[in-house]
Amino acid sequence: MTYLVYDTSFEGFLTAVFEVYELKLERVAIRKNNVEIPQLFGETIPVITNKDKAKRVADKIIAILGKQGFQSLLKSLLSEMDTIEDSILDVIRYAIKTNENVLNDFGHPAVLEIQQILKKLSRERHRMNAFVRFKLANDGLYYAFIEPDFDVLPLISNHFKSRYADQKWLIYDLKRNKGIFYNLQKVEMVQLEDSIKESEKRLNINLDTSEIEFQKLWKSYFKSTNILSRKNMKLHLQHVPKRYWKYLIEKK
Amino acid sequence: MNWDRIKEKLSILADAAKYDVSCSSSGSKRANKGKNLGDSSGVGICHSYTEDGRCVSLLKILLTNYCIYDCLYCVSRKSNDIKRAAFKVDEVVDLTLNFYRRNYIEGLFLSSGIFKNPDFTMERLVLVAKKLRLEHKFNGYIHLKTIPGASDELMHEAGLYADRLSVNIELPTKSGLKLLAPDKDHKTMLAPMSTIQQGIQIYKEEKKLIKSSPKFTPAGQSSQMIIGATNESDLDIVKTSTFLYKKYYLKRVYYSGYVPVLSDNKLPALHTPVPMVRESRLYQTDWLFRFYQFKPQEIVNELYPNLDLEIDPKLSWALRNMDHFPVDINTADYHMILRIPGIGVRSAQKIIAARKHAYLNFDQLKKFGIALNRAKYFIICKNYYSTHDFDQNRLRNEILRFGHSKYKKNFSNQLSLF
Repeated sequence: MTYLVYDTSFEGFLTAVFEVYELKLERVAIRKNNVEIPQLFGETIPVITNKDKAKRVADKIIAILGKQGFQSLLKSLLSEMDTIEDSILDVIRYAIKTNENVLNDFGHPAVLEIQQILKKLSRERHRMNAFVRFKLANDGLYYAFIEPDFDVLPLISNHFKSRYADQKWLIYDLKRNKGIFYNLQKVEMVQLEDSIKESEKRLNINLDTSEIEFQKLWKSYFKSTNILSRKNMKLHLQHVPKRYWKYLIEKK
Repeated sequence: MNWDRIKEKLSILADAAKYDVSCSSSGSKRANKGKNLGDSSGVGICHSYTEDGRCVSLLKILLTNYCIYDCLYCVSRKSNDIKRAAFKVDEVVDLTLNFYRRNYIEGLFLSSGIFKNPDFTMERLVLVAKKLRLEHKFNGYIHLKTIPGASDELMHEAGLYADRLSVNIELPTKSGLKLLAPDKDHKTMLAPMSTIQQGIQIYKEEKKLIKSSPKFTPAGQSSQMIIGATNESDLDIVKTSTFLYKKYYLKRVYYSGYVPVLSDNKLPALHTPVPMVRESRLYQTDWLFRFYQFKPQEIVNELYPNLDLEIDPKLSWALRNMDHFPVDINTADYHMILRIPGIGVRSAQKIIAARKHAYLNFDQLKKFGIALNRAKYFIICKNYYSTHDFDQNRLRNEILRFGHSKYKKNFSNQLSLF
């Protein structure tokens, strides 16, 4: 088995796909450079990300699967699963072999897997659109912390940009230590120093004087809008799994 | 701001508004052009869920719970001895904006008890929406309840600022309405629906000619009826909802299982369980009409005026029509695939797409997420032929015996009623 190791970027992955064909590798797996690789059973080749090679692969895939299909494949990388590249490579090989848009061939195991992962990603993206809770700092910044299951920041950026176009906001992924910040002009990727990522106290954010009051109002609204005689905690938990409660004002 | 007073009002007026079930925030096309607040051009979002499992998408409140009417089923009825409160227009505007900016909500659902008269009430509802749209350039979702009896001019103005308007039909039958809401009559409740429908039609035509003409209720209108408060049959309910869908092109009809909050000999007794299973079966039925190409009379009719509570209405239909089955997954048309119990719209689409590439077998179907514990009695696919030639009662029992209805608990609850 040959392991092609890339730098976790989209272009790095596409370059690796290029090498698979270039080196005519049959028994091959593409892996991120932060994933452990079994040393005993194979050869490891580091992939040097190359824009031209990546583009050639991209063009080929787009020609068969269309732009949307191509983007879907790359999107599935955001799932950060250790072996997701195997399924993507399978789908690419299947598509190139048949020269057909195979992304709706749900009977094919790799296609089905990719589609299921895309669904999970989309669910998590939607959850973040729903569960982000901004707090207002006294300098006018609306900020929120999240710890999503997948790396969904790139997927939610546009949603928040078009919705909150007249307020400065920051959504920070504490799990991955990176965030998106909107400065009234555009959205930027930001990264805080490792040592201060933990809590907002250490981040030194002072809340606006009205913030706690609006949080209280929201909590009170949430309580009042519940109908006791219809209580159904199973359904409640299905919709709002416990792992998200930490950042939900109304569940704290 | 007097926070304590606002908090008290909010809890009273949210509590009074919560029996309105609509929480939809989708279907509008109000994009954020320029650098303003809000965007309602995407899908709806449920920002939270209450402990009863219902979605929280909009700030759902009454402007006031003072009311001149005395409808028996309503907590806010005149003769009920409860705390009353009223919001000022600016208070509602403020709450909406501040909740929206924190990503708590998609927008506002504003309804009201009727104080003084319908026009006086409607005017204030419209004013809230107008301020949000014009003064604050707010593009979030606004759902206004229209007050039956309000003037056409106000109704029209509401349509210009709101994404959705709704008039509640309240009860599925005229006789029920007469019994429980003596101050209201069927005709006055239908009139605003007709006004709104005409408005939507006119603006749609206009938009075809002049692109810049304003939006009018872009997310359409909806309605709601209380079920289980009178002795109506499911057929009565379906007849009414079908009428509303056909005549006024409603986007949604909501069914609200009656929650006994008041004691009166014309109403179900207090502590009667909320008919949640029946409500759910009605929604399933509604879905069958809107997404599964079923006709109402196929599901309920004079012969079967009530839905089977133990099994879903699609399965129920299949059992009554065994001559249509088994259906061949690999050759049947979409219409028939949709009718197989255990197969939803998404799975049906997957089947249609996937079978172009390969002849589908049982294991593949399993991986699609199809509920094969039900579907297996009704299908043919590669290397699989449903050989069950049970009569419908035997099959029904077999499915019930092996299935685990998620409503089982509620169901035994409900049975103890009778």
